[in-house]
Amino acid sequence: MTAVEDPTSAVDLPPAKEVGQARRRKEDARLITGKTTWTDNMVLPGMLHLAVLRSPVAHGRITHLDVSAAKERPNVVAVYTGADFAEEQGSLPCAWPVTPEMVNPGHPSIAVEQVNHVGEAVAIVVARSRTAAADALEAIDVDYEPLPVVLDMEQAVQEGSPLVHDHTSSNTSYHFVFDAGEAGTGGDTEQAFADAEVTVSRRFVQQRLIPAFMEPRSVVVQPSGDSYTMWSATQIPHILRVMAAMVTGIPEHKLRVIAPDVGGGFGGKLQVNPEEILCLLIARRLGKPVKWTETRGESLMTAHHGRDQVQFIDVAADRDGTVRGLRVRLLADMGAYLRLITPGVPALGAFMFPGIYKFPAYRFECDGVFTNKVPTDAYRGAGRPEATFAIERIMDELAVELGMDPLELRRKNWINTEEFPFTTVAGLEYDSGDYHQATEQALELLGYDELRAEQKRRRDSNDPVQLGIGFSTFTEMCGLAPSRVLGSLAFGAGGWEQASIRMLPTGKVEVVTGSTPHGQGHETAWSQIVADELGVPFEDVEVLHGDTAISSRGLDTYGSRSLVVGGTAVVKAAEKVVEKARVIAAHLLEANADDLEFTGGKFTVRGTPGAGVGIQEVALAIFAAHDYPEGIEPSIDAEATFDPENFSFPHGTHICAMEIDTETGFAKIRKYACVDDVGTIVNPLIVEGQVHGGLAQGIAQAMYEEAIYDAEGNLTTGSFVDYLVPAASDLPHFDTGNTVHVATSNPLGAKGVGEAGCIASTPAVVNAALDAVRHLGVTDIRMPLTPERVWRAIHGGGDGGDRAAQGSNAYGGARTTESGIQEAQQ
Amino acid sequence: MIPAPFAYTRPSTIEEALQAIADGGEDVKVLAGGQSLIPVMRLRLAAPETLVDLTRVAELRGVREDGDMLVIGAMTTHADVLTDPLLAQYGQLIVQATETVADRQVRRRGTFGGALAHADPAGDLPAVALALDAEFVLAGPGGRRTVPATDFFVDYLTTALDEGELLVEIRVPKLGEGWGVRYEKFNRVAQAWSIVAVAAAVRREDGRIAEARIGLTNMGPTPLRASATEAALVGVDVSMETVTAAAAQAAEGTSPSNDLNAQADYRQHLAQVLTRRAVAAAVGL
Repeated sequence: MTAVEDPTSAVDLPPAKEVGQARRRKEDARLITGKTTWTDNMVLPGMLHLAVLRSPVAHGRITHLDVSAAKERPNVVAVYTGADFAEEQGSLPCAWPVTPEMVNPGHPSIAVEQVNHVGEAVAIVVARSRTAAADALEAIDVDYEPLPVVLDMEQAVQEGSPLVHDHTSSNTSYHFVFDAGEAGTGGDTEQAFADAEVTVSRRFVQQRLIPAFMEPRSVVVQPSGDSYTMWSATQIPHILRVMAAMVTGIPEHKLRVIAPDVGGGFGGKLQVNPEEILCLLIARRLGKPVKWTETRGESLMTAHHGRDQVQFIDVAADRDGTVRGLRVRLLADMGAYLRLITPGVPALGAFMFPGIYKFPAYRFECDGVFTNKVPTDAYRGAGRPEATFAIERIMDELAVELGMDPLELRRKNWINTEEFPFTTVAGLEYDSGDYHQATEQALELLGYDELRAEQKRRRDSNDPVQLGIGFSTFTEMCGLAPSRVLGSLAFGAGGWEQASIRMLPTGKVEVVTGSTPHGQGHETAWSQIVADELGVPFEDVEVLHGDTAISSRGLDTYGSRSLVVGGTAVVKAAEKVVEKARVIAAHLLEANADDLEFTGGKFTVRGTPGAGVGIQEVALAIFAAHDYPEGIEPSIDAEATFDPENFSFPHGTHICAMEIDTETGFAKIRKYACVDDVGTIVNPLIVEGQVHGGLAQGIAQAMYEEAIYDAEGNLTTGSFVDYLVPAASDLPHFDTGNTVHVATSNPLGAKGVGEAGCIASTPAVVNAALDAVRHLGVTDIRMPLTPERVWRAIHGGGDGGDRAAQGSNAYGGARTTESGIQEAQQ
Repeated sequence: MIPAPFAYTRPSTIEEALQAIADGGEDVKVLAGGQSLIPVMRLRLAAPETLVDLTRVAELRGVREDGDMLVIGAMTTHADVLTDPLLAQYGQLIVQATETVADRQVRRRGTFGGALAHADPAGDLPAVALALDAEFVLAGPGGRRTVPATDFFVDYLTTALDEGELLVEIRVPKLGEGWGVRYEKFNRVAQAWSIVAVAAAVRREDGRIAEARIGLTNMGPTPLRASATEAALVGVDVSMETVTAAAAQAAEGTSPSNDLNAQADYRQHLAQVLTRRAVAAAVGL
């Protein structure tokens, strides 16, 4: 070749692909050096500060409320109660009526006559400083007439239970059923159980968890004439804008919502918060900018919680281990109200209980139950961790019942790689994967054979420290979501995502995404995608997000959807940019558009070496617009909206090796290995970070975290002293790996990774703990695996029992049976 | 998380501090780092009218020798303790326990004397001081007095400090040749308070145990000594059997609480296990 004669000729190697590179996140420098403006850093001229008086009783009527003394406190501007907003506050929205008959009692942002959980807003002080507002709270005089407190779901659903809402007929909000037989996706579940050679039934408790994001929630509202700008530490500025407009009556086009850099959410900021509405109402009333920032105590007490299910799960199988049927009945704690997707979380999980296994029959039922606790809602995984836990735990129990190796049982029943795409008994079409390959790799990473040998040695020598190995071979549905599917599930919105690309005159690129990040690294990943699609340098791409005035359409970040749906929208927009640029490039090169090739950011004419124009040059040419074809607009900017046709289904094998000190009950993870298949990996560093963080949260559910209310409905785990969030020092090294089977529902081939570690790890940890001590007679240990619970399970039998007094939600004594409640033997 | 308003003074000598405490009246609190006081003020569980901040009282900070004793200034921070050469040589039990206190940031501010004067039975240092038979030097308007550890810890969060008095220094015996020590802490996450912990200092002589001092953390409203175990250890051969037998008596006379982390019977069980482990480690088993 003679390429050396012309260094700019078309045979130049294109730049290395950005997708797949472990780039450090471009967001991090400003985040870790504090050079960003969090919502609470916002200072506006004349801004006033809110402090919220919160109910100390879980259930009661407000019999007396006098705020006059607080109004006299220094620097106090106004004090409001529920009565002041009763006519205009409406109800916080619930976007997911999972059944037509679902009872939604309505959710005031501030209590008017009755409080239904500890922490509910009762009065608000508006003052010139945050401290003045906090001080004046003490001058508010309020009395409550206590009402019976409903805490335990299993008691709440009994006939004659006191009611959380006296205008409803029971504490059950809804009864949701999915029956594969009725849906035509499986056989008759009752018949499967009637015919089964073996059945195993268990009751698992998904304890209540607190999302515990790092940045507390914060809201600033600035009125300007009849328009309002709201800054909020939220995951969902777009959804919040629509919902807040509907609740307050502020026209949507008069409300701009901005989510600046947001410090984590984990689903906890997928919400329309009472305080967001109250800030709008107060800013409207006073015509002044206002700010509310929660304390950590308020955050733990009043931001929505997660999980909180009692799961009754039955599995039917043949003696040889072939599974025949699965039956799930859930009680899901809604808390006192229905927030944005409170009822939908367990319903979303309904489709994941069959996991990776080929069940021929499946039936799911769920009751959403009201209690006098803060509402539950999305928390990392939202429905899928609960399902994964139940199926991965019951598979181990079935293996024990059958005397089979737990991995052998899984192998016998899982979907084989050649069977993809596979339609499950829940009606989902799994896209791709290889469970065998991921499992083999994970076993190798763990050093499985040596650990099994050590386990045997410890068992044989009756070592006080016993070793166990637990598996979780999981899948999850990600890339929320095909809009038509959401419609069929009665969800109040679609699942598409939008992106637009603006080509600036200097060749730099602005990417606007509707997928609003809160720590994931969208700016880096989107830049890598666009760099490849447009052939421009990574550094030339800026990603804009989180402001409804800049990204007008979007559905934000949750459900491992950003890359899968939002990233695809970026690809589609980039493809449009290239096609628009191609026409102009052809004009400039005096060639036919069909004869142009586009590689490495450059259009060249096929068969004509040397002739070419870069897309960044086209951007300048079309900005000048001196010379472009007739009949087209002088712009190569483009936007795209992507609505996926299917979910994506990441999967993986997680293996935990756990040491249990049988003398103290202390559980310590010896080794943790996982191999995840999340499809195409855009940035391995971000993927590994997501897996590590997810593992920390999933392990935390298994071992550390539990929101506990006492018998009066007070949150006793109201600070990080009692609500134990593990730190890096409490967690092991993670051995992680990947297999790659691309998703078939999007051109990137990405499946989503935001929730994988969190969904997969919890049952692996509990299975490992049980594997360590099952030979000592232990059949279950309730989460979290506190040393005391483990010790009691080893030495006293049962599941480790209580952490708190009878009547509280952490009391392990109450059991629902078919005939009602009975007290477990103490 | 916003404390109620308070007045603030920052004296630079003990004399000025005592005066500030006297001037502060009934609702005065001494700020000796803030490891415990700042959180309770932010939660408005405490709302003192006046804070006397001892951070700038230089004479309260540092470690010195006095014959067979080490003298630790009350405002010596945990971080100071961890890097002090005298403590490294003669005060390993204190060092080991201090390593487990809170986190790195808190250890820069929290102080040895502050932790002792706070007298939280779940705190790590009171049991250590008790095991070492520390002497507490208290300064007041009328001069100084020395109180032995057994008398210093009176009740839950309550010490022998009178109104107007200040803990200025803590005197502990040097543990030299023949002594082995171990602080055995049991908690769920690294930065949490002890569910139970055991501080053991044991002196060996000719293959036998000559002396044992064992302090228990969080086994009652005050730190406690495992006296029965101590007595049972004296004179025995160094072996797992003798240590195990003695440790079985570690929970005698204790009255631990029930809370979310543990019920009393489990704490008593832990006290035995941890005592066995602490003593075994201290004597090199």
